[in-house]
Amino acid sequence: MIANYGYKDGSGEYFISIDNDKCDGCGDCVKFCPYNVLEVGEDENDPFREVFVARVREEHRKKIKYSCAPCKPVRGRVELPCVAACKPLAISHSW
Amino acid sequence: MEKEYWKWPESKWLSSEINWKEGEVISAGVDVGSVSTQAVVMTDGRIYCYSNMRTGSSSPDSAQKAMNWALEGTGLNLENIHYIIGTGYGRVNVPFAHKTLTEIACHARGANFMYGPSVRTILDMGGQDCKAIRCDEKGKVTNFLMNDKCAAGTGRGMEVFADLLAIPIEDIGEMSFNIDEEPEPVSSTCVIFAKSEAVGLLREGWQKEKVIAAYCLAMAHRVVELLERIGIEKDFAITGGIAKNIGIVKRIENELGIKALTPTYDTQIAGALGAALFAKALYEKEKKGKVKNF
Amino acid sequence: MVTVGIDCGAKETKALLIEGNKILAKYSVLSGFDQKYAAEEAFENILKKTGISREDITHITSTGVGRKGAYFVNSSITEVGANAKGILFYYPSVRTVIDVGAEEGRAIKLDERGKVLDFAINEKCAAGAGIFTETMARALEIKLEEMGELSLKSQKPIPMNAQCAVFAESEVVSLIHSKTPKEDIARSILDAIADRIASMVRRIGIEKDVALTGGVAKNIGFVHSLKRDLQVELFIPENPEFICALGAALIAAERALSPSKEGGE
Repeated sequence: MIANYGYKDGSGEYFISIDNDKCDGCGDCVKFCPYNVLEVGEDENDPFREVFVARVREEHRKKIKYSCAPCKPVRGRVELPCVAACKPLAISHSW
Repeated sequence: MEKEYWKWPESKWLSSEINWKEGEVISAGVDVGSVSTQAVVMTDGRIYCYSNMRTGSSSPDSAQKAMNWALEGTGLNLENIHYIIGTGYGRVNVPFAHKTLTEIACHARGANFMYGPSVRTILDMGGQDCKAIRCDEKGKVTNFLMNDKCAAGTGRGMEVFADLLAIPIEDIGEMSFNIDEEPEPVSSTCVIFAKSEAVGLLREGWQKEKVIAAYCLAMAHRVVELLERIGIEKDFAITGGIAKNIGIVKRIENELGIKALTPTYDTQIAGALGAALFAKALYEKEKKGKVKNF
Repeated sequence: MVTVGIDCGAKETKALLIEGNKILAKYSVLSGFDQKYAAEEAFENILKKTGISREDITHITSTGVGRKGAYFVNSSITEVGANAKGILFYYPSVRTVIDVGAEEGRAIKLDERGKVLDFAINEKCAAGAGIFTETMARALEIKLEEMGELSLKSQKPIPMNAQCAVFAESEVVSLIHSKTPKEDIARSILDAIADRIASMVRRIGIEKDVALTGGVAKNIGFVHSLKRDLQVELFIPENPEFICALGAALIAAERALSPSKEGGE
């Protein structure tokens, strides 16, 4: 399952997509996110799944454009810490 | 008191064929939304009764009321129900629920039941959010997004326009076709900016109908963009209150080039229905677990 | 030499006239739905105020989102360029300028000559612009000008859940119904918008000195919230809403002296 956390508003599309089929719940992304945006827990949308997965914390889902802003400088873009940390390549950002 | 625009009539339904006393597993789902609350009770996976009413100021009360109304006249009590799942905007506030689940999971499951296993894409436009969901033939979610951050593309956005133009919400769909030709959609996505744009259009001498059409188009366009993000596959279904607004449904269908499936039940019960189906499955799983343990 | 800058903002159109390094007149008018009319009115009013005639003005430069409405100008410049130029007139040491206007929030990094190095913009969403505070003031049933002072009296700031201005409006209404003191609501509104502006500033990196301009800079509560969030001193010029018009007027003077650069940003 692909989980798109985030939103689209007048200024653009802000989604963190987590491929739950690839995610193994290791939690590396949580460790490397400097702003505590991610967490590992039950797959909220599949009550029968036993394996934990990475999720965007509830309180950040409506403001990831702002929560993730410090990792996205307008000049000299670097690879995002969460994306770089994810060995199974399950995380991507839309903006 | 402000006039209540974005509220569809309340409804209630009871099966004439089912006797709950003969049922082996009685499950229920309650979906407390920002605007309306639904309760669905099922016996052995068949819909026994449901209610759809307005959400009050308190989520627990609304859940209780919807449940009471659904059960009214059936002789069935809360204690007779084996498993109850709460979902929706106020899902943490269903006091009598055994478990809570996300709206996404429940909607997919409910739409799978309502429209049949061929449903692959579901669009749910509620009072304060918009959900785009892809699912497999079992109603399991494969890709989803939910936008509850921004009012554009939600019932609330339409309410702002209904307020601005002083048109009752039920009339908007029909009225939006009362025009010579389709106008350009309102260009601002943000409801606040779209509203000032609309005021400008009215000053230019646009008819209300034309302004409403321009907004319906903008809203349709916006949700189609969200759908495109997850990918659209047939069959396609629209649930939630917005499915009752023909002005938006027709324009979404036009833009997609796909007709939405025709609902057999009240489109607003999809979430509660899915919750009731999960309730049955989880109850059976728990029971099996216990048997094993002994 | 006399030059004029006209800033056609989303809410207000501002005109400012300078002679050399002296500001002789400024005038602000609501933009309304007719940018052309607003630009004309603002321009005519500064002429009237100073008694200077149109022929004596060497160069006029327009800026702002509605700058196409000012059809009678000699040249135009982006808001970013005008903003950078204008702030250095007051504070030559400024390297980061934050501008919060009615429909847009902006952060610009500049060098000592006013050259723009980087910038980030919040636009097209009311949550990150001045209109957010205006909408909330209406919901709170207070004047926008009172909101800042009121928020400073807050004893217990509460977090705001809604991001969208439309949803925040409902949240404010329900907070009022639950008897939350208005000063606490005002504070949470201003904290919310300051938080969004601060995260935008972090995208370009904060380099001192930092200035704040635009109409929202007049909101003392917002200034406090933003300072708290960014942990830096903020330089705020007198009449912060005229900085872009001033920048445009200064650029008009430069362009009058070296016409070859005309049209460049």
